[in-house]
Amino acid sequence: MATGHFIEGIAGGRLSSDQYADNFSDLHPPLDHHEALVESDRCYFCYDAPCMNACPTSIDIPLFIRQIATGNPLGSAKTIFDQNILGGMCARVCPTETLCEEVCVREVAEGKPVQIGRLQRYATDVAMSEGKQFYKRAEPTGKSIAVVGAGPAGLAAAHRLARHGHEVTILEARPKAGGLNEYGIAAYKSVDDFAQAEVDYVTAIGGIDIQNGKALGRDFQLADLMRNYDAVFLGLGLGGVNALRAEGEDADGVANAVEFISELRQASDLSSLPVGRRVVVIGGGMTAIDAAVQSKLLGAEEVTICYRRGQEHMNASGFEQDLAAANGVTIRHWLQPKRVIAENGKVSGIELEYTAMSGDKLVGTGERLTLVADQVFKAIGQSFVPAHLNGSSEQIELEGGRIKVDAEGRTSLAKVWAGGDCIFGGDDLTVSAVAQGRDAAESIHRALTSNGRA
Amino acid sequence: MADIRNNFIGIKSPNPFWLASAPPTDKAYNVERAFKAGWGGVVWKTLGEQGPPVVNVNGPRYGAIWGADRRLLGLNNIELITDRDLQTNLREMKQVKMNWPDRALVASIMVPCVEESWKAILPLVEETGADGIELNFGCPHGMSERGMGSAVGQVPEYIEMVVRWCKQYTRMPVITKLTPNITDIRKPARAAHAGGTDAVSLINTINSITGVDLDNFAPQPTIDGKGSHGGYCGPAVKPIAMNMVAEIARDPETRGLPISGIGGITTWRDAAEFMALGAGNVQVCTAAMTYGFKIVQEMIAGLENWLDEKGHASLSDIIGRATPNVTDWQYLNLNYVAKAHIDQDACIKCGRCHIACEDTSHQAITSMVNGARYFEVIEAECVGCNLCVNVCPVEGCITMEPLAAGVVDQRTGKPVSPIYANWTTHPNNPMAKVAAE
Repeated sequence: MATGHFIEGIAGGRLSSDQYADNFSDLHPPLDHHEALVESDRCYFCYDAPCMNACPTSIDIPLFIRQIATGNPLGSAKTIFDQNILGGMCARVCPTETLCEEVCVREVAEGKPVQIGRLQRYATDVAMSEGKQFYKRAEPTGKSIAVVGAGPAGLAAAHRLARHGHEVTILEARPKAGGLNEYGIAAYKSVDDFAQAEVDYVTAIGGIDIQNGKALGRDFQLADLMRNYDAVFLGLGLGGVNALRAEGEDADGVANAVEFISELRQASDLSSLPVGRRVVVIGGGMTAIDAAVQSKLLGAEEVTICYRRGQEHMNASGFEQDLAAANGVTIRHWLQPKRVIAENGKVSGIELEYTAMSGDKLVGTGERLTLVADQVFKAIGQSFVPAHLNGSSEQIELEGGRIKVDAEGRTSLAKVWAGGDCIFGGDDLTVSAVAQGRDAAESIHRALTSNGRA
Repeated sequence: MADIRNNFIGIKSPNPFWLASAPPTDKAYNVERAFKAGWGGVVWKTLGEQGPPVVNVNGPRYGAIWGADRRLLGLNNIELITDRDLQTNLREMKQVKMNWPDRALVASIMVPCVEESWKAILPLVEETGADGIELNFGCPHGMSERGMGSAVGQVPEYIEMVVRWCKQYTRMPVITKLTPNITDIRKPARAAHAGGTDAVSLINTINSITGVDLDNFAPQPTIDGKGSHGGYCGPAVKPIAMNMVAEIARDPETRGLPISGIGGITTWRDAAEFMALGAGNVQVCTAAMTYGFKIVQEMIAGLENWLDEKGHASLSDIIGRATPNVTDWQYLNLNYVAKAHIDQDACIKCGRCHIACEDTSHQAITSMVNGARYFEVIEAECVGCNLCVNVCPVEGCITMEPLAAGVVDQRTGKPVSPIYANWTTHPNNPMAKVAAE
């Protein structure tokens, strides 16, 4: 009987327990003390540093690195948290290769940037492991604010609001707080239950009440919040998954990549998590990579990402593509799904069509390719589901299918702010969600007080 | 291949690299290993008087400062002279010299500042067949509290007196080792010269505290909660040592006095620099204590390669070649004008040149040009100070470019004069020497 990689169909227990543990260990192991000193010494302490300008949360990177170099990791952590209270997770999941590290002058000079992300992790790990809290809450303002969604935007907003002395209630639909940090990131990027540890660290400031299992539109309405709270912050994330628009996509074995990633993160025993022998992932972003790599790490024999445009169009960073390749994932370009092939209701393959650019338009060439597959993951993007918002209140204005906000995060409704993936014009990054949550909190604070004075 | 054989005051060695008197030369075992590795000579760890040997502390003897990757930049020690019996040392020295007749073996000596003490030890050393003696007037810790080491080296009269005794009581060449813990190195050198020394060697170590334990508020190295100043050496002291070598080399009173250069020499290049400033050979300690004796192989090969590349046949071609170019500030050409130039292709745009100039100097480097991050020199503000060159992390990116005679210096609005002119004749100098009418 076939075992391991070669078990037909979707099956668990493909690997030994040691292999699971090894495969899902820390992608970038933490720097030890000496490594951090050596790496921090590489920083040139640039004037008007490009890294700092590239960071969506504008962390003073040269300063925090210098603080590591001088043996002051707690001071370093404070420099980070001053701008980004989720600096610990961002250190793990930020695509630094397209943000701070891409513009590091050492990247420009020698193709080897200062490892800013790993240094940030070093400093924040020191502070969090010591349980060091840097911020005291201001005198109570008597104002209460509802935050919908306990993801990065909501947590960042909540922390900043609590700091200013406001009372914050976070309403979260899922059983755990953390949002995509808890449910949407590859396991090897956030080991040892870090997302929950970070939620605990952020909420330890006090004045933040997280209520789980409370879904907007189901358990409460926006109008309730507007009535019962002084302000509302919406950090809803994206609830919908785009369809393949391929025949037969409801066959058994076709799944959403985000759900697969979420199940994997929540699994207590990875060997119980079934994965196909031959997996095809449709998409070209980070989610596609996370799903593909983790399928491979769970023991799939063959994993192929099919993306409908060229390598240069992929949303996944170069680093992520390399990571996939290094794990044995094949990435194929210029292929779009046409038909899921099923036998007895179960996926047995996928038929794809080659694509090409015709002027500015992507078109099918007519040439087809069939890949054998027993599992197909959809990772072609997520969408905002506005239905929950409406029904019992005034219409909130949307733009491009997401919530329209101004530069401070204000929506079209007077008492309502929004941030994170649910707003229009974002870049779907954790770090950007943190910046938007933080800035909206400052805007709320200004609005509820007289220019910041209670 | 260039000839790197060395003849220092008649003491011959196959290369100019000697190990300085220090822990690496304390006994035959180490010295044999050093000679096997290729060292040209050793100055045996300092001998004391006949009698009960000195004792050392039993806690840390060394303190250090490091770069970020623990590269040792400076070392300090509170070890005393040899703590082995005099006869044991003498016996081993004699044996080693017999085993290695082509290598230099010099005995370092430190005995009380009494004629009888020197008179007593010199024949014992002479009997070993040692090639020469080095008078340790340098060690700044421990022995100096007993009136020896730098306590002698800080009093030119004592130096002259002891050197005279040594020249009187031995036929061996005498090298006088100087302490840098004085204000003007020329004074002890002149005193040694007056006493008839054959050479001086310098520098010995510099008084120092390498660190403070901020938990216990104890200086480092810490012995049971206390610390004492120790002698500082290693790469960090090289610039100080080179200046002192040059000062003696160009002093009219000591000109031509052979110098054995010591102080932070780690590579062939360091050695070549000391020799260019006037050292006839060099002594090494910290580099060997950090990396082991094998480093001499790099030094030998590097020096030979450089001599060959530059077409120098032997060490005499380069010894002292830089000495005439060391001068007093007042003789520097004030009509020489240089401006910093930034090679935009090499620039990595870190902005350090800008902020150094902007915050601490002359506001002569841009940070933004036409809305883009761009660093270029504003010649009308640049005084040519070289700070930007020194803070730039890219070698060769910023250079100092001399302005040719006749070109207008945009800072002063005046053309560069082709004529050499220094402070001694400058109109702003109230003491200016005016040419006779």
